[in-house]
Amino acid sequence: MDSHTGSETMIVQRIANGTVIDHIPSGKALAVLKLLGDPHVKGFRVALVMNVSSKKMGKKDIVKVEGVELSDEQVQRLALVAPQATLNFVRSYQVVAKRNVSPPSVVVGLLKCVNPTCITVKQREPVYSTFLLSSQAPLTYVCRYCGRELGEYEISSQVQ
Amino acid sequence: MAHGAEESGWKNRDVIDILGFTKNELLDLFEETDKFVEQGSDFGEPLRHKIVATAFFEPSTRTRLSFSSAALRLGAKVIDLSAEVSSLMKGESFADTIRMLEAYSDLIVVRHPSEGAALFASEISSKPVVNGGDGSQHHPTQAMLDVYTVNKLKGGVDGLTYALVGDIKYARTATSFLYALTKFNPRRVYAVCPEALRPRAEVLKRLEGLGLRVELGLELEDIIGELDVVYATRIQKERFPDQSEYEKVKGSYRLARTVMEKAKRECIILHPLPRVEELPYELDSTPHAAYFKQAAWGVPLRMALLKLILGG
Repeated sequence: MDSHTGSETMIVQRIANGTVIDHIPSGKALAVLKLLGDPHVKGFRVALVMNVSSKKMGKKDIVKVEGVELSDEQVQRLALVAPQATLNFVRSYQVVAKRNVSPPSVVVGLLKCVNPTCITVKQREPVYSTFLLSSQAPLTYVCRYCGRELGEYEISSQVQ
Repeated sequence: MAHGAEESGWKNRDVIDILGFTKNELLDLFEETDKFVEQGSDFGEPLRHKIVATAFFEPSTRTRLSFSSAALRLGAKVIDLSAEVSSLMKGESFADTIRMLEAYSDLIVVRHPSEGAALFASEISSKPVVNGGDGSQHHPTQAMLDVYTVNKLKGGVDGLTYALVGDIKYARTATSFLYALTKFNPRRVYAVCPEALRPRAEVLKRLEGLGLRVELGLELEDIIGELDVVYATRIQKERFPDQSEYEKVKGSYRLARTVMEKAKRECIILHPLPRVEELPYELDSTPHAAYFKQAAWGVPLRMALLKLILGG
């Protein structure tokens, strides 16, 4: 992790067991925390580092959560908010595994189409919203049914 | 199939959008259509044992009647669901309605105000579904007919200059015609419309991705002399989320006779009809008017389509 600001290193206490989510776009750490189900409210130890410099991203956020491992659905949601994020799984203070997230090519039932006349937003119709990845940067999905695009802001606000 | 498309590829095929078809498939469809146009009558009832269901959840004249006429001319029976008097009034879902029609017929032609309804219907039904228009998105059989008309009257689709005039945002016929042009090589394509009725951003992006550049921001008078095809559309009052916005643009982009007088003699006007103010009656008697031929060919084209999907 390149979590430093200029020449001054920011010290964040290590976690014994849990997950470190690195390379979150700057300003999105709180959104990530929310999609994890607000673990701080449930008593888990959480560290947020925001707007630190990053060679890869310019600026980035980092979230460390003690005692929490992400479910597959949370990883999918994370990929929609922080498509470049890396997950570091920590056991006994050691990173035992790393994983890059990537936005899924198809997202079913998670996002809502913003087109009010799309068939997927009709009441009482047994149809799941289905979005196809159209661009990774900027992150853009297209509704399979009506062709309407969802941009980064809409995706991020819906996933939370 | 003279243009290399597999005939078996048509059998029981859904027709959801024009982008799902190749150029060769369209040319094969046109060739089949030509046979019906030339034959005139007595088509031998190749669909004698078939039933075609028409389910229109929005008003329609030409699409519904031309599908019905096409089916009847080929010997098929037609059952028609009228939204006003059906179980839909009792709150039945679209999905359940489609399941019922799947059991009662061999092919379903569906029109619905929601974008994506035909695709959804095709996922429910094991019988082929033909999109007769879904919201402001697709109208594939109209696009097939429009391109067929150009092909027949101009001897080809490639190398021509097109202007779509009027409502290119909400008119699914205009969007579908643009998508159809991506299968060919037009010389230039203009969209002549007020800013509020320009093609939707996602449509322009998709067209660009498919290699079709649509030129915007010009007046019809400035380009009329170079046009081979004028595609006029009605301003779609019913699709405006805000009716005050409709009031601002209604009546704009009328094809005035004085403007059309500056067009090449061979320039044709297409219109999916119905027309309101944008296409004055005085143009009907000019050599430019191709819209009644276009509407009439809707029957043989849909005959060819039904025969390819249900026949064999």
